[in-house]
Amino acid sequence: MKLTLRVWRQRAADTEGAMSTYEVDDISPDMSFLEMLDTLNEELILRGEDPVAFDHDCREGICGACSLVINGDAHGPERTTTCQLHMRSFADGDTIDVEPWRASAFPVIKDLVVDRSAFDRIIQAGGYITAPTGSAPEAHATAVAKPDADFAFEHAECIGCGACVAACPNGAAMLFTSAKVNHLNVLPQGAPERETRVLDMVARMDEEGFGGCTLAGECATACPKGIPLVSITNMNKEWLRATRKAGKR
Amino acid sequence: MARTVWDSSVGKKTVMAVSGLIMLAYLVVHMLGNLKIFFGSAEFNGYAHWLRTLGEPFLHHEWALWIVRVVLVAAVVAHATAAYQLSRRDLRARPRKYMHTRRRASYATRTMRWGGVILGLFIVWHILDLTTGTVHPNGFQSGHPYQNVIDTFSTWYGNVIYVVAMLALGLHIRHGFWSAAQTLGAGSRTRDRALKATANILALVLTLGFVSVPVAVMTGVVS
Amino acid sequence: MSTSSAYADYTTGEPVVDTKAPEGPIAERWDKRRFEAKLVNPANRRKHTVIVVGTGLAGGSAGATLAEQGYHVVQFCYQDSPRRAHSIAAQGGINAAKNYRNDGDSVHRLFYDTVKGGDFRARESNVHRLAQISVEIIDQCVAQGVPFAREYGGLLDTRSFGGVQVSRTFYARGQTGQQLLLGAYQALSRQIAAGNVEMHPRTEMLDLIVVDGRARGIVARDLVTGKIDTYFADAVVLASGGYGNVFYLSTNAMNSNATAVWRAHRRGALFANPCFTQIHPTCIPRTGDHQSKLTLMSESLRNDGRIWVPKARGDQRPPHRIPEDERDYYLERIYPSFGNLVPRDIASRAAKNVCDEGRGVGPGGQGVYLDFADAIERMGRAAVEAKYGNLFDMYQRITDEDPYRVPMRIYPAVHYTMGGLWVDYDLRTTVPGLFAIGEANFSDHGANRLGASALMQGLADGYFVLPATINDYLARHPRQGEVGPEHPVVQEVLAETEDRLHLLLAVDGDRTPDSFHRELGELMWEFCGMARTESGLRKALERIPQIREEFWRRIKVPGTGEEFNQSLEKANRIVDYLELAELMCLDALHRAESCGGHFREESQTPDGEAERKDDTFSYAAAWEFTGTGTAPVLHKEDLVFEYVHPTQRSYA
Repeated sequence: MKLTLRVWRQRAADTEGAMSTYEVDDISPDMSFLEMLDTLNEELILRGEDPVAFDHDCREGICGACSLVINGDAHGPERTTTCQLHMRSFADGDTIDVEPWRASAFPVIKDLVVDRSAFDRIIQAGGYITAPTGSAPEAHATAVAKPDADFAFEHAECIGCGACVAACPNGAAMLFTSAKVNHLNVLPQGAPERETRVLDMVARMDEEGFGGCTLAGECATACPKGIPLVSITNMNKEWLRATRKAGKR
Repeated sequence: MARTVWDSSVGKKTVMAVSGLIMLAYLVVHMLGNLKIFFGSAEFNGYAHWLRTLGEPFLHHEWALWIVRVVLVAAVVAHATAAYQLSRRDLRARPRKYMHTRRRASYATRTMRWGGVILGLFIVWHILDLTTGTVHPNGFQSGHPYQNVIDTFSTWYGNVIYVVAMLALGLHIRHGFWSAAQTLGAGSRTRDRALKATANILALVLTLGFVSVPVAVMTGVVS
Repeated sequence: MSTSSAYADYTTGEPVVDTKAPEGPIAERWDKRRFEAKLVNPANRRKHTVIVVGTGLAGGSAGATLAEQGYHVVQFCYQDSPRRAHSIAAQGGINAAKNYRNDGDSVHRLFYDTVKGGDFRARESNVHRLAQISVEIIDQCVAQGVPFAREYGGLLDTRSFGGVQVSRTFYARGQTGQQLLLGAYQALSRQIAAGNVEMHPRTEMLDLIVVDGRARGIVARDLVTGKIDTYFADAVVLASGGYGNVFYLSTNAMNSNATAVWRAHRRGALFANPCFTQIHPTCIPRTGDHQSKLTLMSESLRNDGRIWVPKARGDQRPPHRIPEDERDYYLERIYPSFGNLVPRDIASRAAKNVCDEGRGVGPGGQGVYLDFADAIERMGRAAVEAKYGNLFDMYQRITDEDPYRVPMRIYPAVHYTMGGLWVDYDLRTTVPGLFAIGEANFSDHGANRLGASALMQGLADGYFVLPATINDYLARHPRQGEVGPEHPVVQEVLAETEDRLHLLLAVDGDRTPDSFHRELGELMWEFCGMARTESGLRKALERIPQIREEFWRRIKVPGTGEEFNQSLEKANRIVDYLELAELMCLDALHRAESCGGHFREESQTPDGEAERKDDTFSYAAAWEFTGTGTAPVLHKEDLVFEYVHPTQRSYA
C-alpha cells in the first residue's frame, strides 16, 4: 500500500505546530498503525529528520499509552486502540490525518505525545479504596453479588487512554471519572468512601480544566473498552446522592 | 450545598436539568392552553382571563400568574447562566480544534447552544409581542389575546419567527429532556429507549401543538 | 575490546550464600525472619527516603506500602503514568493457596508445585514464603476493590492452570494483571496525594549511585526535557521488570528494558541465571519484518484446540485441503498422555522442531495450527464462543482470519525472564542498600515459571516481603553519610551517563537503533532461544561484540539530548542489551544441562526430553561484572532441597 500521511508536528510544548505531509510506500495491510509509523520513522531517521514522537508501549491494547486521532477519530475508524488498528482498515492511496489528543487538560508535549497526568490527579483525588497493606479481612468475609462484581469489572476495564476526552466536543473527562467512581462505589469495600470519592473526583476533574458533559455520547463511541454512556448517568446519580448527604451533615 | 452545586460542572448541569424540566412542564400547559384558540375567541379570552383569577380568593388577583412568571424567569435565568458558564468551560477545554473534523453527534445535540440562544431571543420577542404589546404589529389590545394572536400571525415575519423558534424548541427538547434525565441520574440501560421515546414524543407534540396555531391562522381556520 | 573466546573463559569466584534465610522448619522461617528483623521507630521512618524504580505490580505495591508505613518514597517510571507498567498486560490469573475449592490445595502444595515447575532451580525458603503470602495477597486485593470473578453466591471463582491439579487461580476475566495493577496504582495514588510518595513519571533510571559501598541514589533522565538529574536515598529498590526485550520480538511492552538492572549489575550487583528465559507456546506468529512485538494468546486455548502441522514438508495447501491422514498432531503423537497440554517449554520446543523440519505453516513457515474444528463439532460453536470468544476476536483483529473457520496459527515467543539480579532471602542484592523485587530479581521461579505465578511473586515482594525486610536494613544503618550532587562519586556517575548519551548522539552513523536491536534479537532468538547448543552459543558470543563494535561506529540518533527524544531512549537501552545478551549466552553456554526454559541440545534423554544434571548444576549462577566484554566471575549459590526432592519430569 502507498499512503499519504498528514501528521501534526510540534517540536515542544511551547512551540507552534503544523501538519506535515509524508508519503509512505510498501505498507503491508497486516501492519498495525503504529508499525506503519515505525516504518516512517526509520526512513526519517535515515534521512536525518526528526522522527514522529508518539506514545506507545504494550501494543496489545491494554496499557492505554497509544493516543492518536486518526482522520478525526480517537484511535481511528475501528473500535479499538491505535496499536490494535491494522492498515487493512485503510485503502491503497488513502490520505490519513494523524493528530494528537486535543484538550487543554492534555497539553501537547511533542508531536503526537500529550500530557495526561490530569487523569492521575483525578484518581489521586479519591479513585481508590483506603485499605493499607496488612489491614485486609479474609477475602470471603464479604460476599459480593455477581451482578455487582460484573458491574464493577465492566467499569474497571478502563485503560485511561483519554480517547473519551479526545472525542468529546467539550474535552470532558466524565466517562473516565465515572468509570472509576462506578467501579469502586458499587462494591461493599468502597462504601465507606462512597460520597467523598465522587465529590472529590468530580471537583478535581473540574479543576483540571476538562469541559462539562453535554451527553453527546462521543466518549462512549470512542472508548476502546466499551465503557457505556450510562456510566456517566450513574456517576451523576452518585454525585447528587453524595451532595444531598453532605448537605444533611 | 448551593455553593457546591453551583461550583461543580455536574451541579450546574443539575441546575440546567431542573430549570429545563420546570420550563418544559410550563410549556406543556401553555401549549394545551393555546389550543383553546380552536374553540373560538370567547373561550380563548375567557381562559386567559381565568388565568388571572386563578387561586382567588386565597390569592390576590393575578398573583398566581405572577408566581408562575417569577418561577419561569428564575428558571430561564438559571438555565441560561449555567449554560453560558458551562459553554465557556467547554470551549476553554478544547481551545484548538481538530484539523480533520467530522460530523458526529445528532443534529439536536449539536444545536443545543445556538438553539438555546434562538429560544432566548424568541422569548424576549414573544413577551414584547403578546404580553406587553411593545412590538405588537397592529394595536395591542389588553384582555383580547385572541385578536392579538391573529394579528401577530397575520404578518409574515411573525409566522417565520414563531415557526423557526418552535422547530428549535423541538430539537432542544429532544436532546434536553433525555439529557436532563441522565443528569439527574434517572437513565439506565433498560430505561433508555423509553426515555428517548418520551423525549421524541414531547418534542413532536409540543412543536406540532404550538405550530398548529400560526398554521391555523395562515390557512384561515382561525380568524 | 576483548575477543569472545576470552569472554567465554570466565573464572569462578567465591560462592554466594544467602545469609538471611533462617534455619529451622521451612514453614516457620518467614515468621522467624520477621521477628529477628530490626524495626524502625514509626516516628523515624519519615526521615528515611527510599527510591523505588518501576511501578508495576512489585514497584507499585512496594511504593504504596512503604509510604503507608511512613517512609518517604521517591518513585520513578518511564511511562507517562504509573498505571501503564507492563504488569497490566498479564492475562490469566494469580495463584493462591486458599483451598476455597476444598480440592486438596495447601501452602505446601503450592510450594511443591512451584519448586517442581521451576525444575528444581529455585531456593526452597523463598518459594515457601511465596506460597504462604499468596493467601494474604488475595485478601489485600479484594479489600482494595479488585473485581475478581465471582460465582453466583458472591464468592470468589477460581480456575485451574497449566502444570497443577488444583483450582487455585483467581482471575478477572482475561485482564487479571490489569486489575491487580490498578489496585496497586490506586493505593500508590492515595499515597501520592498524601504527599508520602514523590512520583516521577516519564523519568528513566540510567545509573545507580554507590557511595562507600552502599546504594545511595540513582541518575535518571527526565524524558520530556532531557534533563539528567541525581536523586538520593537511604535505600534503592529496583522493580524494573524483566529483560525479555533483548530478543527484540517478545510479548514485553515496547519500552520495557534492562537498563536499571544492568547498570546496577555494572555497579556491583550480581546477575543470576540470565539464561533462564521463558518461551510461551501460544503467541500469534509474526507477519513480516515490520513486526514490532508479539501478542500472547492465553494458553487456556490448548484445553480444546488441537495442534498440528502437515506431515509433508513444504505443504502449501490451505489447511482445509489437507486431509486428516496427512496431518501430524505431533503433541498428541509424542506425548499421548498429556497431548496438547504439555508444559510451556515442551510445547514450545516441539513447535520449533516441526518448523525447523520445514513443516511450519503460514508466512515464513514459522507457525503451527491450533485447530478448533473438532471442538466446534463436539461442543457447538456457541460453547466455543462463550469460552474463548474474546481471544478469537483478538486473533481475528490481528490476523484478519476467522478462527471459527480457519485454524489459528500460533508460534512460541519470549515471554518472561526468570533470571535477574541475585537477591538473598531479604531481597537484597549484593550491593548493600540495593533491593530487587518482582521480575527484576532472579526470583522464586527457578528455571521455569508456572502460569499465574508472576503476579503472585510481584505482589508478594511488594506488599509483604520488601516492606518487612527493608526495615531491617534501615534500622541497622540509621545514619548514613550525607550524599549530595556535589559528592565526587556522584559527579563521576553523572558524567559517565552524560558522556554515554553524548557519544550516542555524536556517532551520527547510518543505521537506526531499531536495526541494531532487530539484528541482536534475531541472533539471540536463533542461538539463545528455545534450544541452545555449544557451537551456536559460541557463534553468538563471537558475533555480539562485533555488533557492539558496529553499533558504536554506525548508530544514528537524531535530535539532541535536551528534548523529548525517543530514538535516544531506544539507543541507550540497546547499549545495555548488547552487554546483557553476551552474559545470557555465556550463562547458557556454561550451564551444560537442560532445565526448565533452558534447553541444551547436548543434554537430552533418548526421547528428546530435557535432561537435568543435578550433580553438576544444582546451583544458581550469579555473575559478577568485570568490564564490558571481559570475562565475568561466576559465583555459585548451591541449592539445597530438604523438602522437595528433585526428580526428572516426564510427560509422555
